[in-house]
Amino acid sequence: MKGSLSDSTKRVMDIKNRKWLIAGGVVGLFLLASKLLQAVELTLPRVPLADGVDVAIEWATINLAPFFDGIKLVVIKLLVAITAFFDWVPWIVWVVAVGGAAFRWLGIRTAVFFLAGLLTIVSVGLWDHAMSTIALVSTSMVLILVTGIPIGIMASRNDRFESALRPVLDAMQTMPSFVYLIPVIFLLGSGKVPAVLATMIYATPPAIRLTNLALRQVSPEIKEAARSFGATPFQMLFKVELPLAVATIMAGVNQSLMMAISMVVIASLIGAGGLGNDVLFAMSRVRVGDGFEAGLAILVLAIVVDRSTQALGQRASKETRTE
Amino acid sequence: MAQEGAPKLSVRGLWKVFGHESTGGIVPDEIANKSKEDMREDDGAVLALKDVSFDVNEGETFVVMGLSGSGKSTLVRTLVRLIEPSYGQIIVDGDDILQYSEKELVDFRRRKTSMVFQHFGLLPHRSVLENAAWGLEVQNIPKAKRLQIARETLDLVGLSGWEDYRPGALSGGMQQRVGLARAIAADADILLMDEPFSGLDPLIRRDMQGELIRLQEHLHKTLIFITHDLAEALKLGTHIAIMRDGVVIQIGTGEEILEAPADDYVAEFVQDVRRTTVVTVRTIMDQPDLKLRQSTTPAVAMREMGQAGVVSAFVCDEEDHYLGMVSFNGAAEAKQRGDATIADAITVDEYPTLPADTSVESALPVVLEHHNEGALAVTDEEGVLVGTLLPSSVVGAMAQEAQDATDHREASAASLEASHADDQEEADGDGDSEAVDPREGMEVS
Repeated sequence: MKGSLSDSTKRVMDIKNRKWLIAGGVVGLFLLASKLLQAVELTLPRVPLADGVDVAIEWATINLAPFFDGIKLVVIKLLVAITAFFDWVPWIVWVVAVGGAAFRWLGIRTAVFFLAGLLTIVSVGLWDHAMSTIALVSTSMVLILVTGIPIGIMASRNDRFESALRPVLDAMQTMPSFVYLIPVIFLLGSGKVPAVLATMIYATPPAIRLTNLALRQVSPEIKEAARSFGATPFQMLFKVELPLAVATIMAGVNQSLMMAISMVVIASLIGAGGLGNDVLFAMSRVRVGDGFEAGLAILVLAIVVDRSTQALGQRASKETRTE
Repeated sequence: MAQEGAPKLSVRGLWKVFGHESTGGIVPDEIANKSKEDMREDDGAVLALKDVSFDVNEGETFVVMGLSGSGKSTLVRTLVRLIEPSYGQIIVDGDDILQYSEKELVDFRRRKTSMVFQHFGLLPHRSVLENAAWGLEVQNIPKAKRLQIARETLDLVGLSGWEDYRPGALSGGMQQRVGLARAIAADADILLMDEPFSGLDPLIRRDMQGELIRLQEHLHKTLIFITHDLAEALKLGTHIAIMRDGVVIQIGTGEEILEAPADDYVAEFVQDVRRTTVVTVRTIMDQPDLKLRQSTTPAVAMREMGQAGVVSAFVCDEEDHYLGMVSFNGAAEAKQRGDATIADAITVDEYPTLPADTSVESALPVVLEHHNEGALAVTDEEGVLVGTLLPSSVVGAMAQEAQDATDHREASAASLEASHADDQEEADGDGDSEAVDPREGMEVS
């Protein structure tokens, strides 16, 4: 009995020792190789990646000018209309409307918080800039919805398209924004239009991803039953799939919205204006207090928008709960 | 269009091999001769339906019975091409639906078929009323009209008052009534029902079966009903097809299957069902010893009874419709009265008749009550005398049944559990279907 116990203990020790031996060997080898190759200069020929990109952008700037001018025109028209609307409505109407809606659907505490936040923005004199920011974010969101949701629908229908799309979406979300701000300026100049496009690049992926996911999650049993009665693909999409997917799609829209607001400061580097400008201004002059005010205003806008769209999404999901 | 007397739906040489392209038409020999295992090994294809053929007549209830994995659910989906069959023909009203274009197929699904699903497949974001109207909505029927029809249909299935609820607020049985209403409201000729009652608990299931029989009595749809429960198949089916591993191994009426199971697999199922609840009087009745016409003279009647050695005889009119009985004494009295025929000597009251499709078990109380009168008359739907039933035949069938039950009880319990344990568990989540007394299935209507 005792003998067998010590035997098995020994075996365990053996296995442990072997593992340590291997690990030690690998580390030793790594260090030895480094030591030996320390003196040797190893180089690879340079791949002309940067030059390639430069040439491509230059070519596009010259040859695709009409195309980008067209885009610019559409975005400007939309932006001007939306901005005009936000300027036209007096702040007191906005504050009362938002506060009232919050009181009706989100409760008294949220309503008080919203009111306090919005009134603070007014009182520190940032209301106009806040509305300019909101107009820019709204324009971006309109464009994100009209491009992102159809792309998401296509991705949900076609596995190959989806897998081709995935790395593109990853790149859009993880590539540092400054990297594409430069070519965007080349192609579109500076100002609000490139700011809208930069925001779109960064904030569209969640809308696409969650639309795709939402449609793929619709119960196959429900789809099969609806189809068995002779529903056309069009009827299936608009009467069955989108209504059942709307809660998840709303979650994607909410994420896109938050990311669009978080682009405000970076976009102001290429002329987005609005609250982002105030932050940049305070930063460049080391005015801590001003910077804090502008930052707080962005925060208030983000919270108001987030809570409101989340509430919309929850109402939608209540509607479509299966059980 | 369909010819007179042709089956409503006819399936010919239908194959489904998952992993093969769907071509329609006749199955190529190299596939027909391949075993299921070879298919899986060669190219990962899964054989789900193998050379399935059957006919369904207009207005009948055709039940496809099999355990899970037998291919019955795949089969019903191929009938509307929710799953595309690989080879074969599906002919509905003379058209091979596998040749239909996408547009014709949508039209076919709207007009010719509607389906009821095991898991209901209701739209959770719409009210009960809108769900019932779904089939009409996809046909683009105006809103007021389709809601009107849906409301009437919900009333028919006993759901009035629930129109504005969401399906999620309803119990399983009620949700399936919505599913049924949706299928009926679409007003298609053929109702496809994929295990519609399997998810319901036994009491509700029995209710729903009764409800379906009641509805079918005045709807006269062509029903194709999928089930894993033989008692349910026997209760509802005009014809029953039994499937196993994608092959139809027997097609027949309930009685034919009980009396002559095609193989051991079917026989195993059949052991579980009490035959007396399903076997009808027609199977165990005898030919009448003597049948007299009402135009017979009393003297001839007396002579024939004498020759046959009986004291009474059945009397029919010229078309063999049963009229009653005449006793030897009755005939003798008629002769003394100088009657020309035995018509006035017929007695009716104390001799009840039995419809030929009465189950043996239901016949027993009637036979026992009247055992002093001797044999009872058995008639068909038109009242034609088709046979005679002796109390001893009924008692004999019951006794045989009891004997069989004793013989098979242990064997069947053991073998069924061993061979179908997995299937049963899956197919029969609540595990209660065996607990349903099959007698409930055979109320005499």
